[in-house]
Amino acid sequence: MTDSILNSVLLLTSLGIFAAVVLYIVSKKFYVYENPLIAEIDELLPAANCAGCGSPGCKAFAEKLVNTEDISALFCPVGGNKVMQLIAEKLGKTVAEKDPTVAVVRCQGSCEVRPKTTIYQGPDSCAISALIYSGETDCQYGCLSEGDCVKVCLFDAMYMDEITGLPVVITQKCTSCGLCVSACPRNIIEMRPRNKKDLKIFVGCLNEDKGGIAKKACALACIGCDKCVEVCPKDAIIMFNNLAYIDPVLCTLCRKCVPVCPTNSIVETNFPVKKEIPTPTLPEGKGVYPQLQKNQLEKNIKAINETVKKLKTDA
Amino acid sequence: MLKTFQLGGIHPPENKLTAEKSIQKMAIPKVVYVPIAQNIGIPSEIIVAVKDTVEIGQLIAKSGGFVSSNIHSPVAGIVTKLDKIVDTSGYKKQCIVIRTDEKNLSNFEKIIYPLKTNIELSSTEILQRIADFGIVGLGGATFPSHVKLHINPDKKIEYLIINGVECEPYLTADHRLMLEKSAEIIVGIKILMSALQLKKAIIGIENNKKDAIALFKNLTQNESKIQVASLKVKYPQGSEKQLISALLKREVPKNGLPPDIGVIVHNVGTIFAIYEAVQHNKPLTERVVTVTGKNLKNPANFWVKIGTPISDLIKEVGGLPEGTRKIINGGPMMGKAIKNTDVPITKGTSGILVIAEEEASRKKTENCIRCGECVFVCPMGLEPHLLMSLAERGLFERALAEDVNSCIQCGSCSYVCPSNRPLLDYIRFGKNSVKNLTLIQN
Amino acid sequence: MSTSSIIVSASPHIHADRTSKKIMYDVVIALIPAFLISIYIFGFGALIVTSVAIISCLLFEYLIQKYLLKTTISIGDGSALITGILLAFNLPSNLPLWMVIVGSLVAIGIAKMSFGGLGFNIFNPALVGRVFLLISFPVQMTSWPTVLENNTVFADAVTGATPLGIIKDGLMMGETMTDLSSKLPSQMEMFLGMTGGSLGEMSALALILGGLYLLIRKVISWHIPVTMLGTMAAMTGIFWLINPEQYVNPLFHILTGGAILGAFFMATDLVTSPMTKKGMVVFAVGIGVITVVIRLFGAYPEGVSFAILIMNAFVPLINSNFKPRRFGAPIKSKIIK
Repeated sequence: MTDSILNSVLLLTSLGIFAAVVLYIVSKKFYVYENPLIAEIDELLPAANCAGCGSPGCKAFAEKLVNTEDISALFCPVGGNKVMQLIAEKLGKTVAEKDPTVAVVRCQGSCEVRPKTTIYQGPDSCAISALIYSGETDCQYGCLSEGDCVKVCLFDAMYMDEITGLPVVITQKCTSCGLCVSACPRNIIEMRPRNKKDLKIFVGCLNEDKGGIAKKACALACIGCDKCVEVCPKDAIIMFNNLAYIDPVLCTLCRKCVPVCPTNSIVETNFPVKKEIPTPTLPEGKGVYPQLQKNQLEKNIKAINETVKKLKTDA
Repeated sequence: MLKTFQLGGIHPPENKLTAEKSIQKMAIPKVVYVPIAQNIGIPSEIIVAVKDTVEIGQLIAKSGGFVSSNIHSPVAGIVTKLDKIVDTSGYKKQCIVIRTDEKNLSNFEKIIYPLKTNIELSSTEILQRIADFGIVGLGGATFPSHVKLHINPDKKIEYLIINGVECEPYLTADHRLMLEKSAEIIVGIKILMSALQLKKAIIGIENNKKDAIALFKNLTQNESKIQVASLKVKYPQGSEKQLISALLKREVPKNGLPPDIGVIVHNVGTIFAIYEAVQHNKPLTERVVTVTGKNLKNPANFWVKIGTPISDLIKEVGGLPEGTRKIINGGPMMGKAIKNTDVPITKGTSGILVIAEEEASRKKTENCIRCGECVFVCPMGLEPHLLMSLAERGLFERALAEDVNSCIQCGSCSYVCPSNRPLLDYIRFGKNSVKNLTLIQN
Repeated sequence: MSTSSIIVSASPHIHADRTSKKIMYDVVIALIPAFLISIYIFGFGALIVTSVAIISCLLFEYLIQKYLLKTTISIGDGSALITGILLAFNLPSNLPLWMVIVGSLVAIGIAKMSFGGLGFNIFNPALVGRVFLLISFPVQMTSWPTVLENNTVFADAVTGATPLGIIKDGLMMGETMTDLSSKLPSQMEMFLGMTGGSLGEMSALALILGGLYLLIRKVISWHIPVTMLGTMAAMTGIFWLINPEQYVNPLFHILTGGAILGAFFMATDLVTSPMTKKGMVVFAVGIGVITVVIRLFGAYPEGVSFAILIMNAFVPLINSNFKPRRFGAPIKSKIIK
């Protein structure tokens, strides 16, 4: 009896010692030197591993920051200026200051205003559906409504609105990492500056077709009529390929372009609602659009207000 | 023992409804929409302007590079618009819209081309004409033929293979063409053989077209250089690589092309187009299209002008039947579903298939039961289930290592999958992403 | 015609008739002859054990999907039904019913659903259930009712052992094959199923009939059953030729125990077997070798279930190492088609 106890104790002890020796030798032999700065920088980074900076993860970005001489071109969108400043202090290098940005969905083609003309069958993926054809509606520039952007978002900052079939960005949660921008096969999502009180004005359409065709596909499409370009006091609106684009740097958020747009493609958000909703200036008797748009706009505003309220209470 | 390829393959129901119907001449359409992206590679460049008058066969868009082709006007008339129209790719693409001049067209159409057997042109002239007259592969891939015939001098070509397989269910365009233009096709083969100084040609035909096999065997009795081979019915035998493997037991190496193993393959339709271009100075402006579907009143084969809207063809066969759920440009295995019937016929359209609810809808996707059926039927020896899950998870580098690029997109895997998994959808996505990835890396 | 009813999807636009459900029900049909034989032999007991196994498997799958995983209910797909039948086939017909229920819970809950349900499990669920019971309740799991005697009553009158058990015990006692041959049933009896053993492994004839049905319906391919039985025959044959006094002949090994049931129904389980033909052969050779090693040298008289479970664990490895020959790749050796 004692023999077997002794034997097992001896055996296990010698095994343990042997393993320890092996581990010791291996750890010495294969030791890899790593600059301790990398670990320190890695500590500072947000550890989201979102690849928004262009590196495959936070660790890789930390390595890049330490090993690159001039880091002014590198930026962590999630950490923002605050984190970059800390890193700059630690490394003794200078970083560029960037204005904070937020993801904006530039398509308003909800189920109501953009009628479906076909039915797509296949995997729920925008990327796959984009390989096959232009989408369920007649607009080949707009949202495909399969939600690739929502699926890639690591921060729960996006959701699909079930009524409109469009993705919605929760501004407070958005870190502007850019994953959704690269996931969208239609390039609908754009990073635009984060203004005070989250005020935004942008053209909610990407349709480059001629006015009539665009209008037929979607009631809220930009028809390239140039009215906004004419009214803009800062020349911030560019018209290219039948499509208006508001330059966020030049735009002063004066809101003059919003009421003149005949199709309501220009979206303004979070402005205090002071005026009555302008009645769209469409030719008489052209059917349902004016009513439709008014309803849509009211709905949009209501939805936005509700979201803001909800977020406020959450916060 | 009939020849066939070794790896994989399936046998879907053939449904060749129009095999007995001779090719009818379509009435000249009132308006044609000629897309400028009709071939694989670079789209052509438009050389006409709005309000120009064009003749039948006049060059209206010239080749935009080496892998590109010329496009000729299929009708005589006036260019009314240069507009963006949804074409077979599912996207709006640049098109030349020509309104037919109804007074002018009749004379040209009445010319009858007699069979012309003696070949007058030299080798370089033949190849030049094939390039000039916009000949592309009419089997469906629309690869410009002059590029295929432009062979690196250090590669020795032994065989010319004529693809008369037509393994896609429903389609009978090539079958009818072989029956009705057999003598011309033989001349076309001789043209290509003399242009490339080839010693042997093999016509591969599947065994479900016994009449065509008999006809060609009869015609080539005295031709020692041309052979006719009957093949076991198996999909996707019409694919270049599978056809070579079936006939010669040679396999095109990975990332290689048929000339690497001394073979070039051309479709019978292409051969006929080459015959017309070389012997009759006729550019490629029309092709045979099968319009078919179980519910159609009168499915048929047509000679159709390139650019004719599909709606014209549908009208010709008795209109869209009640309950149509899907319109396919091409066959049921590899064709593309299209959005509406305004899409024009292009050089690559071999058929229009109209199907109803019961066949059109996809069934619910279930869990993979790892039965391995997709692996057994894959003609390229790939593992579709693995490629799908890699693409689904975005592991494109691993997909590349698993030879995702070898996939010929025949759809056999999706066809057999008992769990209705969208294997090919994901593999196509993976292939595309791998392509983009390599583009970025370079 | 309104255009909004037009469906657009990627090619291919047609689909073969075969569905997972049809495959599953083909397997069920193939198991019917063996089931009928077992009812004839064991009577009411076989019926009760099988129904309890089936019902509890279906019920556990339903409960887990509904309350734990909160996913769509898929008990109609037939896979839980097969698990239930196969589990019952691997149990003695007089096993206490609560053990059958425990076995079903282990099979469905641990071996199948915890991996993610149909298609994700690594091990054959029915075998995991059976092996769990065999290890936990060895006495009850290895006492079988006498053949054709308890036809009417579901009783736990316990008797004799399986032919394999007789041999194992006999050889342990130092007897030779000649001594034992009188105690063993004849090969014809074993072929038809008149021996002791688990519920479904009785009649080789009925199982082969079912197996042939599966082969004809192309649910399974010949690679696994033929290779597995072939390996077993070859290995036991070698030992038999060396010393016929210590080892039984190969035919005996194939006809007894779970060899045929395992070869046609358990090892060929689609989910837990390799996906290439080359891989299947490797897999089946492995099962054959391990089975024979356990039968001849192990503590248990029977080793098919263990062998299959062990090889199940190697399937991912086999899948990634025995890939199909890529088109255009150099042809190295003769390909198993």
